[in-house]
Amino acid sequence: MQELKLQASDETLYTVLGEIEKLLDDNHCPETLKMVMLMAVEEIFVNIAHYAYGGKPGEAVIGLDVIPNPKSCRVVFRDKGIPYNPLEKTDPDITLSAEEREIGGLGIYMVKQSMDKVEYRYEDGCNVLTIEKSLDGEMDMD
Amino acid sequence: MNISETRSGDVIQIKIDGRVDTTTSPQLQNAILLAFQKGNKLVLDFSDVEYVSSAGLRALLIGQKTANSKGGSMTLLHVADAVLQVFKMSGFSGILHIE
Repeated sequence: MQELKLQASDETLYTVLGEIEKLLDDNHCPETLKMVMLMAVEEIFVNIAHYAYGGKPGEAVIGLDVIPNPKSCRVVFRDKGIPYNPLEKTDPDITLSAEEREIGGLGIYMVKQSMDKVEYRYEDGCNVLTIEKSLDGEMDMD
Repeated sequence: MNISETRSGDVIQIKIDGRVDTTTSPQLQNAILLAFQKGNKLVLDFSDVEYVSSAGLRALLIGQKTANSKGGSMTLLHVADAVLQVFKMSGFSGILHIE
């Protein structure tokens, strides 16, 4: 597994996305799947950058891997910030009109919708969030 | 991300080239809001947008709310599959006007 250790911030987002993109390209990931994977990684990384350390700088460790059976991309995010399980966040009502919609709150919902597996645990003083997405087959979001 | 604006009659067209993400979405939001100060018919050409994150959705939602409040319109053209997937899973395909 490849591991990135870096300060979580908007400035380091492209470093993370660049490494994911390279891994997916090396594994011949279809373009649509790659973009959805990048979106999920951005949502989680930006959440860590903005909230995990109460707006202060803090470290994130990101593990990237492609695993077999089925061939899937797995990304593990670790931070030592405020304990927070994003999976407990209430899903937004996506049937509301534009006027009724609130700005924000969609990121983690889209991660849950788009990934095959999203798991959270608190371990050794770390928030550990794992996402997995199969690289085989087509997207089916309907 | 690069943004260019053209005007044809009373329609303002904004062409976006690149990824609409946490870093670039404020630029799109500003371009949309500035365009709505000049007119109330806005077309967003998405043919060269490969990726939109929730930050980009926020910019589009603010744009759609502005269009509605002005009695105007905001239409998205040539949306790529990956971006359509994001619109579908977020419910934005029911909010935005996509052609």
